[in-house]
Amino acid sequence: MAYSDKVVDHYNNPRNVGTLDKSSQEVGTGLVGAPECGDVMRLQIKVNPDTQVIEEAKFKTFGCGSAIASSSLATEWIKGRTVEDALAIKNTDIVKELSLPPVKIHCSVLAEDAIRAAISDWKKKNGVAEAAAAETAAQ
Amino acid sequence: MSTVSSQVEVPAGVKLPIYMDNHATSPLDPRVLEAMMPFFTQKFGNAASRNHSFGWEAEQAVETAREQIAKLIGATAKEIIFTSGATESNNLAIKGIAEMYRERGNHIITQVTEHKAVLDTCKRLEKYGYRVTYLPVKADGLIDLEDLKRAMDDKTILVTIMAANNEIGVLQPIREIGKICHEKGVLFHTDAVQAVGKVPVNVIADNIDVLSLSGHKIYGPKGVGALYVRRRNPRVQIAAQIDGGGHERGMRSGTLNVPGIVGLGKACEIAMNEMDSEAAYLRGLRDRLKAKLESELDYVHVNGSWEHRLPGNLNMSFVYVEGESLLMGINDVAVSSGSACTSATLEPSYVLKALGLGDDVAHSSIRFGLGRFNTQAEVDYVAAKVIDIVKKLRELSPLYEMVKEGIDLTKIEWAAH
Repeated sequence: MAYSDKVVDHYNNPRNVGTLDKSSQEVGTGLVGAPECGDVMRLQIKVNPDTQVIEEAKFKTFGCGSAIASSSLATEWIKGRTVEDALAIKNTDIVKELSLPPVKIHCSVLAEDAIRAAISDWKKKNGVAEAAAAETAAQ
Repeated sequence: MSTVSSQVEVPAGVKLPIYMDNHATSPLDPRVLEAMMPFFTQKFGNAASRNHSFGWEAEQAVETAREQIAKLIGATAKEIIFTSGATESNNLAIKGIAEMYRERGNHIITQVTEHKAVLDTCKRLEKYGYRVTYLPVKADGLIDLEDLKRAMDDKTILVTIMAANNEIGVLQPIREIGKICHEKGVLFHTDAVQAVGKVPVNVIADNIDVLSLSGHKIYGPKGVGALYVRRRNPRVQIAAQIDGGGHERGMRSGTLNVPGIVGLGKACEIAMNEMDSEAAYLRGLRDRLKAKLESELDYVHVNGSWEHRLPGNLNMSFVYVEGESLLMGINDVAVSSGSACTSATLEPSYVLKALGLGDDVAHSSIRFGLGRFNTQAEVDYVAAKVIDIVKKLRELSPLYEMVKEGIDLTKIEWAAH
């Protein structure tokens, strides 16, 4: 299978690999996928409590080259954005940027899921929005 | 910044890319090519032309090849039928026997890790009213002979079990299987594509009635194979699946591929003469590769029986690293993976799953297929490269980190997608 130059570049030089302190109030962690499916992504964000800007993003991914590239790109894109801006990133943007073939679209979906999961974890920790949404749902 | 790209030094004398996927196909031995060459432009006759020297010359070459093949498997020349390859041989054997022995019974026994050429042929026969039993394999990839005995009934006409598996290289106990079949008066076919020329196979000693083999797995040409069909004790009858000019004693019509057949014959002759020394050589290379990988990496394991295995096969899982990403990192080495991502279906290898391995372990597997033309320097380079990339990818692997922290991955509720 031929990989696009951008996938190869992210695979060879993955951006923002690492681990943030899961227990920190400012850190949100998203763990998505499953080992049985052949890909697991863990994406972490560190959010400035005053500005809600994502100051740091780290990832680790078990998966194919396209999965690694999708999550690497996701960390690059969310860094410096506010939490709400980061939620605007769609998997189709990732597909386009990395020229992913149809069989690899699920990798981009997983990356979007990882962003959402990390933000949702941070919101839960900090009692933002999600709690309100849950309340609305409960009513 | 972390980086996955590797800077492993290429030893002197090693040319990239390295081919280490000899179960998929093997390069043509130059000696085979030399034997074939005259049969394209000079000795181009049709082996079925009975009335001129061009035909006689071709026929003579075909008969020589028949003898070379027969000798390698302990058969006689008249028992060899030429085909286009092992897929056709398997189809002809299974469908041809099923059709010919229909009145005696409709039950066929095979096993779950067979090649698709056998499994899909059996599935088609099920549509036509045949009953097929797919025996399971044990964790080592071998069938349980007691399962085989239990599966047999008075309608069983054929047992088809491969000699060596194409993914994990394990050798089924064909001699014992053949013995059980003969005691019950059931025919025994074996797909011996990966075994012939690599390990001793003898149709008499191993109680084989019908056997499939192929040229391109043994340093011969693609597009040619053979089917051994026993003529005595018992005389096996096979219904033709291709009708026409009545070639190959009516079992397989079609003008013979003379250059291909000459090449297959020559490949068998070379294998016959060099099998023992080559097997020892490949075993040495393979054991060296395994030892190097195991000394530098944790969480690796060999898939399938180590004891009953082809000399050139090493199938290993590098747990917590996904196979396709590993292949991408070692892109100057040609090997294959059981990972779903490398298959068109996005399903991990059914062979590895049949061993009872979790999908996650199947996703992490690499098949190294060592062959005649691999060298020790190549093995050393491949080992160094795999070690380097696995270590880097594990730095990237959340699973490896979690396991190192003592987290039990089976206790996590994964969101399957």
